[in-house]
Amino acid sequence: MNRIKRFLAANATSSLIAIVVGLLFGLCILLLSNPAQALRGLGIIVSGGFNGGGKGIGQVLYYATPLIMTGLSVGFAFKTGLFNIGAPGQLMVGAFAAVYAGANLTFLPGWLLWFVALLIGMLAGGLWGAIPGLFKARLNVNEVIACIMCNYIGMYGVNYLIKNTNVYDSLKYQTINIGQAAIPKWGLDKVFYSMKGNFVDSASVNGGILIAIVLAVLMHFVLNKTKFGYEFKACGYNRNASRYAGINEGRSILLSMVIAGMLAGIGGGLMYLSPASGLHIRVEEILSPQGFNGIPVALLGLSSPIGVIFSGIFIAYISQGGYYLQRLNYMPEVIDIIIAAIIYFSAFSLLVRNVIAAVVKRRDIKRETANGREEETP
Amino acid sequence: MDYVIEMLHITKDFPGIRANDDVTLTLKRGEIHALLGENGAGKSTLMSVLFGMYAADKGVIKKNGQVISIHSPSGANSLGIGMVHQHFKLVHNFTVLENIVLGVETVSRGMLRMDEARAKVIELSKRYGMMVDPDAFISDITVGMQQRVEILKMLYRDNEILIFDEPTAVLTPQEITELMHIMKGLAAEGKSLLFITHKLNEIKEVADRCTVLRKGRCIGTVDVADTSKEAMSEMMVGRKVDFAVEKGPAKPGKAALLVQNLRVKGRNHSKPLVNNVSFTVRKGEIVCVAGVDGNGQSELVYALTGLMPIDGGRIFMGDSEITNASIRQRNDAGLSHIPEDRHKHGLVLEYMLAENLILKSYHKPAFQRHGLLRFDEMYKYADMLIEAFDIRSGQGSRTITASMSGGNQQKAIVAREINQRPEVLIAMQPTRGLDIGAIEYIHKQLIAARDDGKAVLLVSLELDEVMNVSDRILVMYEGEIVADVPAKETTVQELGLYMTGSRRSEVV
Repeated sequence: MNRIKRFLAANATSSLIAIVVGLLFGLCILLLSNPAQALRGLGIIVSGGFNGGGKGIGQVLYYATPLIMTGLSVGFAFKTGLFNIGAPGQLMVGAFAAVYAGANLTFLPGWLLWFVALLIGMLAGGLWGAIPGLFKARLNVNEVIACIMCNYIGMYGVNYLIKNTNVYDSLKYQTINIGQAAIPKWGLDKVFYSMKGNFVDSASVNGGILIAIVLAVLMHFVLNKTKFGYEFKACGYNRNASRYAGINEGRSILLSMVIAGMLAGIGGGLMYLSPASGLHIRVEEILSPQGFNGIPVALLGLSSPIGVIFSGIFIAYISQGGYYLQRLNYMPEVIDIIIAAIIYFSAFSLLVRNVIAAVVKRRDIKRETANGREEETP
Repeated sequence: MDYVIEMLHITKDFPGIRANDDVTLTLKRGEIHALLGENGAGKSTLMSVLFGMYAADKGVIKKNGQVISIHSPSGANSLGIGMVHQHFKLVHNFTVLENIVLGVETVSRGMLRMDEARAKVIELSKRYGMMVDPDAFISDITVGMQQRVEILKMLYRDNEILIFDEPTAVLTPQEITELMHIMKGLAAEGKSLLFITHKLNEIKEVADRCTVLRKGRCIGTVDVADTSKEAMSEMMVGRKVDFAVEKGPAKPGKAALLVQNLRVKGRNHSKPLVNNVSFTVRKGEIVCVAGVDGNGQSELVYALTGLMPIDGGRIFMGDSEITNASIRQRNDAGLSHIPEDRHKHGLVLEYMLAENLILKSYHKPAFQRHGLLRFDEMYKYADMLIEAFDIRSGQGSRTITASMSGGNQQKAIVAREINQRPEVLIAMQPTRGLDIGAIEYIHKQLIAARDDGKAVLLVSLELDEVMNVSDRILVMYEGEIVADVPAKETTVQELGLYMTGSRRSEVV
């Protein structure tokens, strides 16, 4: 009980305060661009996914899926002392591998096809994560530089591969439909829908969100309960002490980047293994925003895998609110700025946590004065 | 009475801890006043209160009889109170002069006026006998010189009350002698000095009066001249302390650690840091490596423990060669290492105490099964070590290590390393920065390990420790071993000659 309380005091509260600050900042922009509608606008943003009824919530979960995966990827690497800014590249490479497998391994039965395709996406993402990992472990090349390079190589490489393989739909500049390999819905579309007259308007949500949540719980377990987690965290906190303890530092770095890459790769697979009506990989010269948003998701979730579930859903929720903001007279660009501002302010939760810790400490001191004990000074 | 500073009935609390409990300290003009106490006795807290870093919960501070309030170090500075911290606060890529004037620069029309500052610094360094080169970069000068810069910083700000926080912890024996000389000179010029330490020899040498703290309480203030070292240490620890370490004769057995022609090159390939070093440590003996800091002792230890690659030579443990073994293999073969820097190598400060106590054994079946950590076993083991080694902390095995005092952190490392049942125990400066009680304790542990048939290699810069604990002494000078003598047959003076390179014996 006490532990839960302390967790809430130190972690959840800080994230919530950061979110509130972000929303207030968003309100300022709303006021600047269209004062008359500002409060209504804020209301729409705050009610986020709920604007669209059952379908809206389903859409939130759908968009949260890749965010949770890239958040896990970045957060896991953070815990081991690495800044994985390479999630966009890992996500795209994983997505392409999954889509390619989904389009070509059609001899597999449907229930197995998506799963195999997802596994292949995971392996591809892991491979892409291994490159900066190897450079860091062997040659001590800063992983941020290597990751950024790999993002561009990944993006252009995937574009090239799409155009030169049988998954290219040259009319639409995107990948072909791979409905046969789509992630199953597992009944979620029956839960999240809205009625439009007599027409059932189902959300795009699929089993991916459940897979993401299971993986988050799994990562929580790995980090906190296993020998590997102990090694990873030790490397993240104090590299010298880990070496001293006999932990193979290079192996930990490499493994941690591979796992981070795999998580982002799964994110790509979950995003693009979709039915004909869903997302397709477009041949564009843009680094995946879902990949980059893994960074604020991880920061807002304080790098904790369980926290990432909530922060991923929150950011999808707010983005969905921005989508519905178009009902008022706001320019799409302004909406993007507001949403981005809220997201990045939210990432200040670490800062807020330190402030809270200082306040709590001061209060503790006062309380302890009453019943002073004999101990050593800290 | 002519008191410059009176700290009356100071009480200061931290979470779970009362660091200062009704402490009273008075400082006369022109005296050197020592503040003595074990680690965690509250010395640093009391000085931080005086220097404005913490606000006292109760009590008043008076200067020249007037009640004053100090809210920040700069406030303390303007009241004439200066402090030399244990870890210096210098900008490494600034020159000596730039560091001294930093924060109080003379400026005219936006331009620095360094000429007057330079003149004042040179005048001060002449007056107090502290020669420094004002244009040298901090990164290029020795630790002793850096300390002089810190002292000059205080003098440049015309501080009257000078606080020295464990100033000798980082110095070589020669530098300590010089510092003592400087401190006496400052007192003679009318400055009042507060000198935090737990080294009784230094107090005897320079201090006029001494206030003793124990567990946050003021035990008393004594005149140093009338009080014996034994009496002061008893006040500090609360019981009688053995200065001479009690130990029986060594019964050396088979060779446990054998080093042949070990070489480690410098990073810039200038001269070797460890040059052709060969020696043997046998079971049941303590071999001590003495020497002035920076003569290759650290590199020797890093090479032996696998933290640094070697450029030649061979290392054996018992009959097996470990020259190319990984760190993990060496650890598991029975090599324990109490590292020089407990924060850099010894501990993961963010981890709980229990997690740090299994830092080297977490991978063994006792603490993991199928890759899952066995937390129950970990806590049980930690509680056992905490009990056996008297490691004190706020929340027992679940305390975050960073919040523990330095002495207890060191105890945790010693507990972990000795309890691994090592064949060879390498201890690098295991008592650095510790108080007498803890030093006595660690020395006893080292001797117990020896009597248990372990081979102990102790690297120490403290000659008292070298003479007291070791059975055999090796002296390192510029990366080479220049002496190999039994501890009983040598003197501090002789070791001093070897350490400074004025003498060397032919050793294998």
